[in-house]
Amino acid sequence: MVQFSLPKNSQVRVGKTWPKPDGKNVRKFKIYRWDPDTGENPRVDTYFIDMDKCGPMILDALIKIKNEIDPTLTFRRSCREGICGSCAMNIDGINTLACIYGLDEVKGDVRIYPLPHMPVVKDLIPDLTLFYAQHASIMPWLETRTNRPAKEWRQSIEDRKKLDGLYECVMCASCSTACPSYWWNSDRYLGPAALLHAYRWIIDSRDEATGERLDQLEDPFKLYRCHTIMNCTKTCPKGLNPAKAIAEIKKLMVERVV
Amino acid sequence: MRYLTDRKRATALGSARSGTEHFYGMQTSGAALAILVPLFFVFVAPLIGAPHDVVLRSLGHPGRAVITGLLLVVGLIHFKNGARVMIEDYTHGATRKGLIFVAAAIAYVLIAAGLFALVRISLLSFAV
Repeated sequence: MVQFSLPKNSQVRVGKTWPKPDGKNVRKFKIYRWDPDTGENPRVDTYFIDMDKCGPMILDALIKIKNEIDPTLTFRRSCREGICGSCAMNIDGINTLACIYGLDEVKGDVRIYPLPHMPVVKDLIPDLTLFYAQHASIMPWLETRTNRPAKEWRQSIEDRKKLDGLYECVMCASCSTACPSYWWNSDRYLGPAALLHAYRWIIDSRDEATGERLDQLEDPFKLYRCHTIMNCTKTCPKGLNPAKAIAEIKKLMVERVV
Repeated sequence: MRYLTDRKRATALGSARSGTEHFYGMQTSGAALAILVPLFFVFVAPLIGAPHDVVLRSLGHPGRAVITGLLLVVGLIHFKNGARVMIEDYTHGATRKGLIFVAAAIAYVLIAAGLFALVRISLLSFAV
């Protein structure tokens, strides 16, 4: 349900300000912190980094803070090149991947929060278990009924091209957590990421469960909560267009009826 | 505390197997309104402020009466379906169900009252 204010135990307070290093090119970072073990409210800690001694990306700054200033700062990261989707977070108001978002893209202080409207595990780590379960519910695999061919399921070059712009999704959850419909109804709406993946399998020429997939999606909440707000497309760090994929699913739904 | 797995929460009651008719209905009524609203403003809205007998005679014209009637019905059906989407977005549980009922009731009452008034005005024009 729509919420206009945070519950008392989620209201963010001013946190610790860490010492400022010497240097001419020092930058301020304001980072959301929350530790479930302390029982305290979330806070925003302030850190300072000498940019002459830091890499160019947001993730470089976070790793520098963790290694050199505050080892308790917690965040996910793995590949450092925008492939694993682990380091998705809200940076300067935009959901994106910290590893491919440049420090030069942020003007002024760098504000870093976890992905919005998700339960927080700790600091910058959101709980994505429901998000992953929604992805699993769309059957993200090839479904076939015909006997397995001797070699491989063949696909024309044209049909393969239809998967471009879909298969590249790294499941970082930036799009779903940028969507107001997902904020208000994440218990029933699948969200842009799951629907983009659903369309990836619906449009796959080798898949033989197209009708079943559409049957499963035909629901006022699972699919039709999308109101083409387009936050998903605007925020996708991989430059994909989940809103278009959802619109294509809606077109197929209408094609089945009219 | 309910010990539901995330997969169970994600799947919940499964698909309602509906929603496309509602979606397509909103698209078609929206397209119809894109035509009806300008027609209403060109042919009927200028009657606002006109003398009583002129309004009666004008709405007695089949074209004006049909445009007004269609706008009334299509517009309020569009309102009913659009309000339902908004209510579903922002409310949950019994509040959601109650508000959807109220929105539908308002739309149907306004359609009935509007059509009654329109028919009465149109037929009265023959008596003027």
